[in-house]
Amino acid sequence: MYIYDEYDQKIVDERVAQFRDQTARFLAGKMTDEQFLPLRLQNGLYIQRLAPMLRIAVPYGLLNSTQLRKLAHITRDYDKGYAHISTRQNIQLNWPLLEEVPDILAELASVQMHAIQTSGNCIRNTTTDQFAGVAADELEDPRPWCEIIRQWSTLHPEFAFLPRKFKIAVCGTSEDRAAIHTHDIGVELVANAQGEVGFRVLAGGGLGRTPVIGSVICDWLEKRHLLTYLEAILRVYNQHGRRDNKYKARIKILVRAMGVDAFREAVEAEWTPIKDGPTTLTGEEIERAKSFFTAPDYAAIDGAASSEALTAQAESDPIFGNWVKRNTRPHRVPGYRAVTVSLKATGYAPGDITDRQLELVADLADQYAFGEARTTHEQNLVLADVREDELYPLWRALQGAGLATANIGYLTDMICCPGGDFCSLANAKSIPVAEAIQQRFEDLDYVYDLGPIDLNISGCMNACGHHHIGHIGVLGVDKKGEEFYQVCLGGSQAKDAAIAKILGPSFKQEDMPEVIAKILTTYLDLRQEEETFLGTYQRVGLDPFKERVYAKAD
Amino acid sequence: MPKLIRDGAITEDHWLPADGDQPGPNNIPTLAQWREDAAGAVQLEPGDGVTDLLPALDSLQLVAINFPVFTDGRGFSYARELRQRGYRGEIRALGNFLRDQMTYLSRCGFNAFQSQSDSELQEALDSLDDFSVHYQGSANQPEPLFRRRA
Repeated sequence: MYIYDEYDQKIVDERVAQFRDQTARFLAGKMTDEQFLPLRLQNGLYIQRLAPMLRIAVPYGLLNSTQLRKLAHITRDYDKGYAHISTRQNIQLNWPLLEEVPDILAELASVQMHAIQTSGNCIRNTTTDQFAGVAADELEDPRPWCEIIRQWSTLHPEFAFLPRKFKIAVCGTSEDRAAIHTHDIGVELVANAQGEVGFRVLAGGGLGRTPVIGSVICDWLEKRHLLTYLEAILRVYNQHGRRDNKYKARIKILVRAMGVDAFREAVEAEWTPIKDGPTTLTGEEIERAKSFFTAPDYAAIDGAASSEALTAQAESDPIFGNWVKRNTRPHRVPGYRAVTVSLKATGYAPGDITDRQLELVADLADQYAFGEARTTHEQNLVLADVREDELYPLWRALQGAGLATANIGYLTDMICCPGGDFCSLANAKSIPVAEAIQQRFEDLDYVYDLGPIDLNISGCMNACGHHHIGHIGVLGVDKKGEEFYQVCLGGSQAKDAAIAKILGPSFKQEDMPEVIAKILTTYLDLRQEEETFLGTYQRVGLDPFKERVYAKAD
Repeated sequence: MPKLIRDGAITEDHWLPADGDQPGPNNIPTLAQWREDAAGAVQLEPGDGVTDLLPALDSLQLVAINFPVFTDGRGFSYARELRQRGYRGEIRALGNFLRDQMTYLSRCGFNAFQSQSDSELQEALDSLDDFSVHYQGSANQPEPLFRRRA
């Protein structure tokens, strides 16, 4: 992973000093709430329902074991002993004290971490595929490009006061695991007709109040032009994005209002004078970025023998075998697999992890996964490089800590925002809904029979729980002071990205497990052979589900 | 005479912010007034853009950019674009920008700052040096860090 040099370290250290001064001035009454607001937000600090919330940046989801241990220490000493993985692959603390935030930032800086631009109307953490670098279907590793974008966007002087937040995702695979179609900018590594790898650039995607699938604005961009091209897009957005209405301020509204062709022309016009300028990437810089993401020291393993041994082990211990089947996936190196550590056990808020669990994952990463772990936008952790012959002891250790629920990609592996229990923006609670659904569908055999299902829950329009791109999406709404839940179906975050359609009138919280049950029964009745939930929905449409869910009891 | 920070020092000068209705001789012309009678100084508001100025960059000595609210960041792009197109005169920030924004403003090409309060000019001056290293190229250092890294 990327290692800071003296320059990177200096930037985060100076940022801590700057924020320490700003916090002191605010606490001394020398700055108003309104003035302090954007400054603290750009350091990841919200003032929430119960306490401040601090969002720590995990650039494109990569963490090493030292950082995991530091996070465990911070959650224990400055918070209540647990942290939360967000859908931007970041880590959130729910109970820090404002006065202590500069100290927390200093602790983070000591392990090459920060909270820069994890909130506010600026360029946020760049996200990517959690299996980057190990996926068999990858054209090229997206992480060096994420790091190049991270450095370019960090404390960018021109783009810190944009009309609204701005999110970039990068992917390098044919199957999109980074949801690039629903980002302000999506960057995909693609080959042109000559076989040269460059970028396809999408703009104007997004979730929130007005979900939109991004439009391709550049079919193929030469690699060295990445930053100048991004700069041109941001400059068009910064100057022309709406600032009169925060619900119409995202770039998706601008792209729609201008039309894709006019937007593309505006970007080209801004790009022409800076193209080939000093921000053009050099070959040395690209190589430098790539040098941090080389393959670890894999053992030479006989893949066939290893996989045979694993099969035998799985047969002799079916619970282990089931976990291997559900929570691990193929690796491009023979004899290795990528493991997802499930943070979706019933009874715990999706994406929450305790200080002890963080420390355990750190130890396991050191022991079995070259000292690295990854956060995922589905709110789990990944150990990306595990030997097949070490899966068994790893599984035992995870199981002992409640981290081996074999549900990755299934119904109970839900995406869920913190919701009304924590977030001051929320209209409704989301965690209790997730928990009630998990309890209702505890029978894993039933869950496996349903096949892969993305169930995504957001507590409000801001859509942090990505409800628009769940196969089943749930949105908390406020109706005259009461919490209700709207259900939508047929969304997808993958290559076939789609925005889910609203099923009909919303439901009470206590009815939600039954509503989900009716939707699932409808699917099971209608599915043909191996058809997935999404496949059935795409074939039969919304109506059969609607009829079943809203049928009057006779 | 109003105080301001220019090129890293506290100073004074005769220019007053624009007045759209009854401009006196010391008011910086608004973009509309400047269009009528192209002078050496102009004040941009958010939304004005820099396109009109581009053909006249050589004849301008002062471009003032107003920040009615500090959260409206359009002026950052205006300054950056003016510098990238070769403008060498003064770019002055006016209005409600925060001292904590000055390091960014300066890197975008502002070299003068006229804040609404004169009281904290010295602290504001110190804020210009919050960071000693920057990843991006800027008006004062066109080369991004990756071209300068040892």
